[in-house]
Amino acid sequence: MIVNGVSVDVADGVSVAAALMQLKIIPRRALSGEARGPLCGMGVCFECRVTIDGQPHERGCMVRAREGMEVRSDEG
Amino acid sequence: MKVDTLIVGAGPAGLAAARGARSVGRKALVIDENWNGGGQIWRGQGRLVVGVAFEFERQVVDLRGLEYDRLILACGARELFLPFPGWTLPHVVGAGGLQALVKNGLDVRGKRIVIAGSGPLLLAVAANLTKAGAEVLLVAEQTSWTKLARFAAGLWRWPSKMAQGILLGNPRYRAGLWPVRADAGGVTMSDGRRWDCDYLACGFGLVPNLEVPRLAGCAVVDGFVEVDEWQRTSVDGVYAVGEITGIGGVEKAEAEGWAAGCGTKIQGDHARFVSRLAESFELRTGLRGLATPDTIVCRCEDVKLCKIVGFHDRRDAKLQTRCGMGACQGRICGPILEFLYGWEAERARPPILPTKVSDFVRKTRVTLD
Amino acid sequence: MKANTADVIVVGAGIVGAACARAFLREGLSVTIVERDLVGGGATAAGMGHVVVMDDSEAQFALTKRSRDLWDSLVPELPPEIEFERRGTLWVAADGEELEAVSGKKAHYEARGVRAELLDELSLRTAEPSLRPGMAGGFLVPDDSVIYAPCAAAWLSRGANIVRGTVEQIEDGALRLRNGERLEAGVVICATGAWAVDLFPALPVKPRKGHLAITERYPGAVRHQLIELGYLKSAHSAGTESVAFNVQPRATGQLLIGSSRQFGVEDGAVEEHMIRRMLDRAVEYLPSLAGMKVLRLWTGFRAATPDHLPIVSLCPGMRRTYLATGHEGLGITTSLGTAEILVESVMGRAGVLTKQNYAAERFVECRV
Repeated sequence: MIVNGVSVDVADGVSVAAALMQLKIIPRRALSGEARGPLCGMGVCFECRVTIDGQPHERGCMVRAREGMEVRSDEG
Repeated sequence: MKVDTLIVGAGPAGLAAARGARSVGRKALVIDENWNGGGQIWRGQGRLVVGVAFEFERQVVDLRGLEYDRLILACGARELFLPFPGWTLPHVVGAGGLQALVKNGLDVRGKRIVIAGSGPLLLAVAANLTKAGAEVLLVAEQTSWTKLARFAAGLWRWPSKMAQGILLGNPRYRAGLWPVRADAGGVTMSDGRRWDCDYLACGFGLVPNLEVPRLAGCAVVDGFVEVDEWQRTSVDGVYAVGEITGIGGVEKAEAEGWAAGCGTKIQGDHARFVSRLAESFELRTGLRGLATPDTIVCRCEDVKLCKIVGFHDRRDAKLQTRCGMGACQGRICGPILEFLYGWEAERARPPILPTKVSDFVRKTRVTLD
Repeated sequence: MKANTADVIVVGAGIVGAACARAFLREGLSVTIVERDLVGGGATAAGMGHVVVMDDSEAQFALTKRSRDLWDSLVPELPPEIEFERRGTLWVAADGEELEAVSGKKAHYEARGVRAELLDELSLRTAEPSLRPGMAGGFLVPDDSVIYAPCAAAWLSRGANIVRGTVEQIEDGALRLRNGERLEAGVVICATGAWAVDLFPALPVKPRKGHLAITERYPGAVRHQLIELGYLKSAHSAGTESVAFNVQPRATGQLLIGSSRQFGVEDGAVEEHMIRRMLDRAVEYLPSLAGMKVLRLWTGFRAATPDHLPIVSLCPGMRRTYLATGHEGLGITTSLGTAEILVESVMGRAGVLTKQNYAAERFVECRV
């Protein structure tokens, strides 16, 4: 997985949201600029939204990290 | 795609429905938005049913155009989050939410965690996080010791739930305690004590996922899908099972799922446990006062509590403040507004999840994402 | 003031009713608004919030131009939640024929005091790079704008006494609510949009259903309010069903996607085939839309009249009850002009606009 341009190793079956949390990367900045992290972990709250392979607004918790997958957070 | 029985949700209720349908020779298809079965509770550890088709990572955005004789909704529940100062900080996570993240690969070894909120789930989460190597500092249950003791004393009626009774023995468990303020490195509880922690895992009970049942037009009474003893909803051919008919745990979910799947009446009395749970962990009204005027209520649109003034209902507040207008479609702030002001959800309209424009254009029918 | 009287009672707290309320409050009169549901919650919430000059007829041009000027005069006062943005309207010509057809428009608009520009293929690409390559050109009206109408309705109605209730009958200077209560006023204004026919069955106002979609936030994806020039054909065709490319960038970064028009459909449900046609059309003009996510779909009902002009005048046969309906897709724009006409009528003042153009009596069925 490539996060904000940096290649990282992620174990099989790990969700993008969990991987980012592990890396201490904030997926999303709120409208106010406040840093947010995953809340529900199950696709409900949309707080872990990131851009995945060029597609913005993807829920990181609903997507498995894959080799070569490009993830961009609001910080990236 | 035409199946005899279409089951939405592959948690305990949906899997039991699939087994039921299989047992009477019905062709069943189970769809679930996660990449594996088992729902939130078993997550990847639920046993799939041989002879039943499963489609994962499939989200229902509209029901029109789906073909089935029987639709069984087993959509489960999500956590109720209540707003308090600091609840939007990145280290404040759902209780079930943190557990889900851990099951999906988050390493919590050595992390100091405060768990707070309400309901038996907190203890299950504490046990799982401890097993995963975390240091659970505190499990704070908002309900009183009195109510808790009465709940524990009644558990003998439900031998299968005795495990919950054992969990009650967790030495870090405190009743009558709740978070009042989170800061970057910790949380201050209602007794004034501040705890340093890496994560504050919060969940104030469960709320049913009613988006799909509402989309189907099912009658909702007192916050749950109305069903008869065959699990039939108010809509012909549509059945509801599991947490969406009442928060009652795995045993009830499986009994209901099985009944709906094979078309029999439900076995056993589950209503009593459902009401016992609800009474025992009823949220104290004081929790309504946790949020200050500056506390964000709608996290998608950053709407503060002080903006929600003088409105008739949820739609009024949404139109004027954007509360609930964001990506989660009010899934998080909706139940909060219901707790704070008694405002019920609006009618569900497709798409119930954000859907690519190309998905509308490409297909002749908008059905599954 | 007694609870059940006011100088002016406005029925309907949509953008038109709210604009009327503000106009009369500024004359120093007391105003009560009777609303059956929510302020700005009907067609006002369903529409796009486009403040636009339209040239279907001289009367339409005059009303939309005057109304746009009135909106512009409010800009310094508008609170941020109204999300006023001067986006400009870019009418897109798909082919040479459409471009040819608008070649005279620039002079027409400028002769009436509205800035406008004709764009060739290249300048269209520069102005709006995300449009599909190969479009022939466009017609840009740079001073048109965009607002968020539900908050505008709430802001315009500030100071009025808002009463929740359903009006069952309107008389001359009085009305009766469903709960039996009777309210009286010096002036009553019926501003209930497509539902005006419930109170005045003779009005030639028909509900014209529309669908809209809104996307997630994609800041910068589109710069102008974009409309295909074919819109003018589809908006005014007598056909029962039509769609046109109409995309509006919101201050939030979201895109509103329209539009559809249907007569004879009373059910407000979102119809799949209309959504498909509408989005299909939108993607034809704006290919990048295909990958964007739709957050919500909804419908609303415009109050359409046979000549595409609103009915803004005394109710025929009455002396104290006025009509303000039939704004079709232009209510957000023309609300302010409508309110001005009514205030001038009540106060007996001459004004910028020719009032007879908008009077109910222009329709045979409205003559007493």
